Amino acid sequence: MRKWLVVWLLLCLALPVFAQDEFVEPTADDIQWTCPAGFEGQTLNVYNWTTYIGETTIQDFERLCGVTVNYDNFDTNEQMVARLRQGNPGYDIVFANEYIIPIMIREGLVQEIDLANIPNIENVAERWRGLDFDPENRYTVPYLWGTTGVAYNVEKVGEINSWEDVFNYDGPVAWIADIRTMFSVALKMLGYNPSSTDPDEINEARDYLLERTGNVVTFADDDGQLLLERGEVDIAIEYSGDVFQLTIDCECDTFSYAIPQEGSIADIASMLVPTGAPNPELAQVFMDYILDPAVNAMIVNFTAYATPNQAAIDSGFIPEDFLSNPAITPNEEAMQNLWFLEDIGDAEAYYSDAWDELRILSGR
Amino acid sequence: MANRVAARPIRAAVPTFRTPREPGYSPLVQRAEKAGFWLASLAGYFFLWAPIVLLVAFSFNDGRSVNTWHGFSLRWYEGIFNSAAGGDSTFASDLLLRSVRNSLIVSFSATLISTIIGTMIALSLARGRYPGKRLIEGLLMLPVIIPEIAQGVSLAMFFKIVFDFIEGASGTRALPGFGTIIIGHVAFNISYVAIVVRARLADMNPNLEEAAKDLGANGWRTFWHITFPLLLPGILAGALLAFTLSLDDFVVTFFLSGVGTTTMPIYVYGLLKVTVTPDINAISTLMLVVSTLVIGISLLLQRRSAGFA
Repeated sequence: MRKWLVVWLLLCLALPVFAQDEFVEPTADDIQWTCPAGFEGQTLNVYNWTTYIGETTIQDFERLCGVTVNYDNFDTNEQMVARLRQGNPGYDIVFANEYIIPIMIREGLVQEIDLANIPNIENVAERWRGLDFDPENRYTVPYLWGTTGVAYNVEKVGEINSWEDVFNYDGPVAWIADIRTMFSVALKMLGYNPSSTDPDEINEARDYLLERTGNVVTFADDDGQLLLERGEVDIAIEYSGDVFQLTIDCECDTFSYAIPQEGSIADIASMLVPTGAPNPELAQVFMDYILDPAVNAMIVNFTAYATPNQAAIDSGFIPEDFLSNPAITPNEEAMQNLWFLEDIGDAEAYYSDAWDELRILSGR
Repeated sequence: MANRVAARPIRAAVPTFRTPREPGYSPLVQRAEKAGFWLASLAGYFFLWAPIVLLVAFSFNDGRSVNTWHGFSLRWYEGIFNSAAGGDSTFASDLLLRSVRNSLIVSFSATLISTIIGTMIALSLARGRYPGKRLIEGLLMLPVIIPEIAQGVSLAMFFKIVFDFIEGASGTRALPGFGTIIIGHVAFNISYVAIVVRARLADMNPNLEEAAKDLGANGWRTFWHITFPLLLPGILAGALLAFTLSLDDFVVTFFLSGVGTTTMPIYVYGLLKVTVTPDINAISTLMLVVSTLVIGISLLLQRRSAGFA
């Protein structure tokens, strides 16, 4: 009898472990970061994609430091670099994707940062520090990352495991109108370096893709997920962030996202301080602020991209379904197969020509 | 006997329906002709208006999608009005309204300046006789023909040289901002205004100005009392065109922008990284309503004053 009582009591003690915690959105009160003194009244100019930041990130920073932030937008990395080449109009912080950063460094468009001013860099997981484009993090601090993969209608398609499933699917498919993305997939499937600069390999990749355009309805610019939603295609090659927007909108289980077993492209956005920034010290303070776990979590919750910030992931400020949704955070297995697009330098001309031939000959 | 010059209505170059006395008449043919004209106009209107109707319709969408209907809702308008009123608003709608404000500042200023200069150029080309007139006529067409990206980059380089010069000469560091954007817009708007005003000038009877001068008016009075009122519809048309081009402009604005000058097209394009939501539709619908009202009022005012052609 007593034995059963002890077991019963122990079980009761264990029950709270099974209780589901209601997820509570992090708020400004959860931010542990404090602003170093001496920046009151100053101004910070930020150059980023529209709303590629948390809902209250900017306002909280303004409040914590007593500064004013100007938030301006650009649409593509290429336009941003073109703008900076004309001379920095006064931005302290610029956001950029990994493939354009070597170009920016080479042209002297960015200046070095001192990691001693950014203690929160420790929050970034090891695998995201010292990446190929900036091996010592002399210029960049990682911000958010995403993947390009396959978005598909679960009811019609079933399951996607390989890129072959996409190419062999008997139904309408949309590819993405992104030269580097499509070619790196083809190069990888052929066994070459996904960022190859060899014109023969690039032409082989072009032919590989050309043979498989049978089920392609269109090369979608950035709206593959819209075509999927409308039912015009059953499979769309798309960016993870776009696909997540789709799943919020429809609130259904019809659509899913997968990273094929051969792997796919990962992209990471980073923060940099451009040359000629009026206030580089405040810029580094801002970088440190973004790396605070609560701040980073709020950004993730709003933009629905994945974060390289391990402290944010461990903090419990990000809901479980974000962390387990492959459209936002790929699992360990998928992460092994991801690759970044590398700088191809002058080989860009080969890619450009091959892409034009692909588009013209396929007629899409 | 009253000497009246009747205002003659402008007859459109449309073939009139044949009457029963003329050869080729048949009731079937006549009905077919009428139906054909109706269909042509309907098709034209549909082609013009269908996208706009969709735009307005999706501004009332409950979901965040701009092309899949999820139900009726006024939330996007609420968001915009809350931002405008300074109430409980979202980050996105604050940014959106700020970009609209910037767009309007740039467009109004650029329109004002380019209309004045464009009209002056049009008058000088139509009435003046001086060396280099042909050259100016040719140069005037350039901004219309040159691709926008070439204009944007060349203007950016131009300002770089100017800023370097200013910095060298006086030591102050000049930065791009609203000034550079407005100057850039004026640069291409002048051509469009000048072309529209010249067209109106060509339509105008030059004898009226000569008659005024014969009666003793000097150049100034002739201009303000005769030429200007007659030109006004053309000037307004040119101004409206310039305003639309400025409001819509992306490339030139982007290359000349400075800190804090994000305009609406740049805001919308910047959403490419995240997602375009119906608040863009809502603000566009509001702009549509306002501009329709403005044009409606101006048409009403114009109808009151019958002009001498």
